[in-house]
Amino acid sequence: MQEQSAAAAVISTRALTKRYRGGQLAVDGLDLTVPAGSVFGFLGPNGSGKTTTIRMLMGLIEPTSGTAEVLGRPMPRAARTVLPEVGALIEGPALYGFLSGRDNLLRYDAADPTADPRTRRARVETALDRVGLTAAIGKKAKAYSLGMKQRLGLAAALLRPRRLLVLDEPTNGLDPQGMREIRALVRALASDGTTVFLSSHLLDEIEQVCTHAAVMAQGRLITQGPVAELAAGARGRLVVTTPDPADAARVLKEQGVGDVVVTEDRVTGEPPDRDLAELNAALVTAGVRVRGFGVERASLEDAFVALTGEGFDVAG
Amino acid sequence: MSRVEQGDTTADGATASDAATTSATATASFAVAGAGGSGRVPSLLWTFGLFRSELVTTFRRWRTLALLAVLAAVPILVGIAVKIETGDGSSMGGGPGGGGGGGEGPAFIAQITNNGLFLVFTALAATLPFFLPMAVGVVAGDAIAGEAGGGTLRYLLVAPAGRTRLLLTKYASVMTFCLVATLVVAASALAVGALLFPLGEVTTISGTRIGFGEGLFRALLIALAVAASLIGIAALGLFVSTLTNSGIAAMATTVGLLITVQILDQIPQLDALHPYFFSHYWLSFADLMREPVYWDELQRNLGLQALYAAVFGSAAWARFTSRDITT
Repeated sequence: MQEQSAAAAVISTRALTKRYRGGQLAVDGLDLTVPAGSVFGFLGPNGSGKTTTIRMLMGLIEPTSGTAEVLGRPMPRAARTVLPEVGALIEGPALYGFLSGRDNLLRYDAADPTADPRTRRARVETALDRVGLTAAIGKKAKAYSLGMKQRLGLAAALLRPRRLLVLDEPTNGLDPQGMREIRALVRALASDGTTVFLSSHLLDEIEQVCTHAAVMAQGRLITQGPVAELAAGARGRLVVTTPDPADAARVLKEQGVGDVVVTEDRVTGEPPDRDLAELNAALVTAGVRVRGFGVERASLEDAFVALTGEGFDVAG
Repeated sequence: MSRVEQGDTTADGATASDAATTSATATASFAVAGAGGSGRVPSLLWTFGLFRSELVTTFRRWRTLALLAVLAAVPILVGIAVKIETGDGSSMGGGPGGGGGGGEGPAFIAQITNNGLFLVFTALAATLPFFLPMAVGVVAGDAIAGEAGGGTLRYLLVAPAGRTRLLLTKYASVMTFCLVATLVVAASALAVGALLFPLGEVTTISGTRIGFGEGLFRALLIALAVAASLIGIAALGLFVSTLTNSGIAAMATTVGLLITVQILDQIPQLDALHPYFFSHYWLSFADLMREPVYWDELQRNLGLQALYAAVFGSAAWARFTSRDITT
């Protein structure tokens, strides 16, 4: 059973650890398993070790200890055979400003010794078309907007058919329309059977696109699994809408509701382990006028906050 | 189809020269075939795609073009200066055989008025101590560090370029730049010399006369010797380039080392060390203008450059293949 799951894993790490020369422990005993065919969301606040992990998976950083396998082969030892089948966008795009979009991709493709030079131009044009950059194909990359650079970086990851795409913050710098396009692209790639490993700080993005997710904090893996299970793990919140929020908050506290938060006419809190109908009755008895009463389904964000004990909006 | 076969033939032919790359490529090709990937066997020709791309990238940078423009301007300035100096008909002094002499100016400058071809030798002698190695130091220093600073290094490596292959490609393109830079100086000097001065038979340092064709051939040999003199600083610059993520820092360090070595080479107390300075035998190229050619110092120069290439090439390789890429 375990062997089977290992064979189906596109990324599998065991006790993967990286300690930088300064002594800082960036990644601590990571056991990550990314199933084949999944869209895998990789979550964590800045500085939690996501990028170091991705760099170790791509053979850019040597692990201090532990092992990492990508496409069933050890990294970084098998980089030469593994990486042609992996497309990557790592920490944003990096381009040669004095070269056109097309020439940038021609260069990156030429760096791959297993890429056929005879189909190079055609593949570059297809990749640019796929990310919607055909109009800017001959423009110098330094004249590109942030969103266009991001698209060009994505195009570089799509130069050849890949078995695995590693996308670090792929919608960074894109407008809402661009984000939608990229999400649609990720879904289309996933439906073709490509495994997508997506790191993002946008939880709704992960929720919309990903089938699986893992959460990191301070170098450690906190949880991993199907997105639906992760969200279900967090408890929903009781939400009362009322024109008398102060009274409602007082009553709810008396009734044993924890973490009561008042925002304008909404009072929210952690529901106690008993019939919520009694809470409603208590509110009404106390003369609180109730407009709405119910439990909001837990989002991935709630799950995340519950797991890491911190907010997620450390966008950067 | 025929192109693939041609490529394979090339691969077989070049095995000796580049065994590491060939075997690595073969490994990669087996794995791809085994994994049912593209199914095509990459030939050595395919791995040269990176070298071509490297050359295009290097020579399309405006900085490279500016360096070459500066180098091309040196012979123009020297030529015009000599023309103005001697415009009143007076000779610059020093007869045949004055070349390579003393501190009055670059070697051979006295003979330019008689024969424009000597502008080639003068220009190379004038640019070799500083302009040429500085240009090479800039290009070599930026080679890895510039890519690291711009972040493009990580994308080349995940392409995957392969660290050894990328380093070899970088070194090959820096050496190509050495050759191109030297030829730019030589070509510019030849053009200016032909425009401003008469051409004809050449008087060697030994006093004998050789035909203009033979003189041109000597000029080409000298250009090659000058280009080869730059191998050492190219290797040194590439090594420095693997140490940092800042292209500017690597360039500055390399040029700083160049100046330091040039100064130390002038201090008599350090006599014992002089034969190990990469610049020590640089002006030996003048010996190609002797009849017969005096090879001793030329060979010593080539040996020293090869030593630098081996030592700093290995150091660069050791550093680059074990380094964490965090930019």
